[in-house]
Amino acid sequence: MKDRHEIIPGVVSNEPGSSLKNSTSNYRRGQKPEFNGSTCINCFFCWVFCPENAIIVEHEKVAGINYDYCKGCGICVNECPVKREPLPLIMVDERVEI
Amino acid sequence: MVTLKELATKDNLFVSGHHLCPGCSIPVTLKILLRSTQFPVVVSNATGCLHTGSTVYPHTSWRVNYMHSSSSNASAGMSGIQATYKALKKQGRLPVDNRLKFLVVGGDGATYDSGFSAVSGAMERGEDFVYLCCDNQMYAGSGGQRSSASPMGAATTTTPAGSVLPGKLQFRKDITRIMAAHKIPYVAQSSPWFWQDLYRKSEKAFETPGPTFINVLNPCPGEWKIPTGKSIEMSKLAADTCVWPLYEIENGNKITVNYKPKEKLPVTAWLESQDRFIHLLKSENKWIVEKIQEEVDKDWEFLLSSQVEKTRIN
Amino acid sequence: MSSMRALNGSSAVALAVKQAVPDVVAVHPILPTTLIAKDIAALIADAELDTEFLNMESEHSAMSSCIGASASGGRVFTTAAAQGLAAMHDLLYIASSYRLPIVTAIANSALSAPLAIGPDHSDMMGQSNCGWIQLMSENSQEAYDNIIQAYKIAEENGVRTPVMVGMDSLCTSHTIENVIVENEEAVTDFLGKYDAQNSLLDSDNPKTIGSYCGNDYYFQHKLEQSKGIESSRKAIKEVGKEFGDRFGRYYGYFESYKLDDALTAVVVMGSAAGTVKEWIDKLRSKGEKTGVLKLRILRPFPHQELGETLTQFDRVLVLDRSLVPGTDGGPLFNELKAALYEFENHPQVLSYIYGLGGRDLGLKHLEELEALLGETEDIETAGLKHRQVGYINPGI
Repeated sequence: MKDRHEIIPGVVSNEPGSSLKNSTSNYRRGQKPEFNGSTCINCFFCWVFCPENAIIVEHEKVAGINYDYCKGCGICVNECPVKREPLPLIMVDERVEI
Repeated sequence: MVTLKELATKDNLFVSGHHLCPGCSIPVTLKILLRSTQFPVVVSNATGCLHTGSTVYPHTSWRVNYMHSSSSNASAGMSGIQATYKALKKQGRLPVDNRLKFLVVGGDGATYDSGFSAVSGAMERGEDFVYLCCDNQMYAGSGGQRSSASPMGAATTTTPAGSVLPGKLQFRKDITRIMAAHKIPYVAQSSPWFWQDLYRKSEKAFETPGPTFINVLNPCPGEWKIPTGKSIEMSKLAADTCVWPLYEIENGNKITVNYKPKEKLPVTAWLESQDRFIHLLKSENKWIVEKIQEEVDKDWEFLLSSQVEKTRIN
Repeated sequence: MSSMRALNGSSAVALAVKQAVPDVVAVHPILPTTLIAKDIAALIADAELDTEFLNMESEHSAMSSCIGASASGGRVFTTAAAQGLAAMHDLLYIASSYRLPIVTAIANSALSAPLAIGPDHSDMMGQSNCGWIQLMSENSQEAYDNIIQAYKIAEENGVRTPVMVGMDSLCTSHTIENVIVENEEAVTDFLGKYDAQNSLLDSDNPKTIGSYCGNDYYFQHKLEQSKGIESSRKAIKEVGKEFGDRFGRYYGYFESYKLDDALTAVVVMGSAAGTVKEWIDKLRSKGEKTGVLKLRILRPFPHQELGETLTQFDRVLVLDRSLVPGTDGGPLFNELKAALYEFENHPQVLSYIYGLGGRDLGLKHLEELEALLGETEDIETAGLKHRQVGYINPGI
């Protein structure tokens, strides 16, 4: 916690994008998406529709999921157009750390 | 038209770590819209889900200049920002080639209700900004109270479905056409599922001088009572049932419909998909469903018959 | 070079604003501030002032746009009165929290209901909790001088707090008086350029202004904010002296008129001070030892200086031009009494409420109070108890 001497006058936060310091993995409730690149067609739907920017993209390919920020909403799994097994994205159970 | 791969290479101006609900479609809308201009953006945001979720002190998810002041005055705040911008440029205190884009973001509460007069005033004064309405059809941030954007029949905490009342009994305000009636250069309605449409409209809005307005349907899993993974799919269903048509209006009267569903689905498909409408499926509420279908059909016919160009699908 | 002009308070304020060269003027005029907006608009239309003029659709929006404009690095101005000022209420707290040096001219008038536009201090008193510096003017000269000083006080590093400058509606805003106006270059030089901090237009350093805050940080923000208005105590005095050195008219927290050997002091704010001074002159000619303390600074409340000054007297009559139902005496009276509590000597402090809704305070009304000015016993003879609130010419 910042003490009052670090408060900038005028309710100003001058560290743009500082929410990256805040992991939002604790929003997940026992499920998380899992990525399998073998059938992925790199349509990037999962990337665009992820509200958390948690789909990792490397060299123009989907590479995985950033679990620090993934909230387990399941949009990526729902929007993935691939029907061929093994599905690029599926929801799996996850042990919740309390 | 830009590709998603190209979009993925652009800077992320609204970053992870925010506190919007799992499955919220507002960050998706912002992701697409903020990438549609190459120039730095200055944002004025009304109180609502987005503000309280993205600026929890001391962190912020914004990588652009951002100001919040109150629930009903984001547009008025922006009037001041762009007035100083004009003044400083005229005086040479900002370089002549300095280019900034101005974006006002408000939820439906801030746009349709408490901030309505401020939005209207800013539109009438012809100020240069893009107004993005993130419409989740209720005051979602404060726990799901009705707004004038809530559709007929919707159950909200202030228009609940009980033994004598079947949810909201008024049709929603057609804010998009109200904004067009201000005769501003560009008004559009879009949805996150059709990202190409949203991107094109955002780009056009940023490039058009003067006030522009984009109304985006942002399904809210928390308050619409839908699974968190379905919010994008739900926004497509809204277009396929013509409950949320995608169209644009230029200069107050030139209408173009941007999406015509291959098969127009009945509104029951929309109503059945969300718990906030589930009470409408009871036989005693059939009259409401009929009214809703009638209104949707009327508005859809109006758009189709008024459009100047043939429907184009991007 | 100064010159003498016949100006009402509104025109005097408009002229001071012109000489301050604001970047943005955003107004939603309400009677009695309409003349200020009219004058400024005319100056712009005739190319005598180059500023962005926003005709806002409501007072709430006018203050909102001032916040946006000031946060973007502009020097800004707006006007308000009565319900208009009340309509700005939620934004006033935000403007001071954001530490924005916005200057607002208030034509102090009565709050509805009933609707009235006559001079009354209820609008300004109603906003004394919002963290703004508040200055009161007696006449058009002071309105002009206070607007200029307001910018300098507000923009001082370490202060960066918005300022509202009050003048009585109609009596000052619409009444033509002789006003000494200064040369524009001299005023511009006195004020200097506004050096913005944390501008929203600086895209190299993006920032978020106005976060959502939990109970883990809110308290600290408020304490930080208070530093600004506390710093203004010194700045108000320094600017008042610098103004005097430059232009010959000195200002401080209050004006003392014939208080030196007084036994009774009359405390008053605004245009009625003129009538009160005339009453005091008459009393002095009859041998009564009375004087006037005309308060200029309402916020930050100069409790120390007022206490030190007023404890010297046997009796203090506090004239309030507003009424707060449910309290014992006028608001200025209550705040003054609390300030005096810290001191050893407690004079008798009496509350009188006058002039609500613009009712004139005439000499004859003040003369009815003369029974109070004798020894303490006389008060009881006059049928007034020590703590009873008095009303001057209430009409009932």
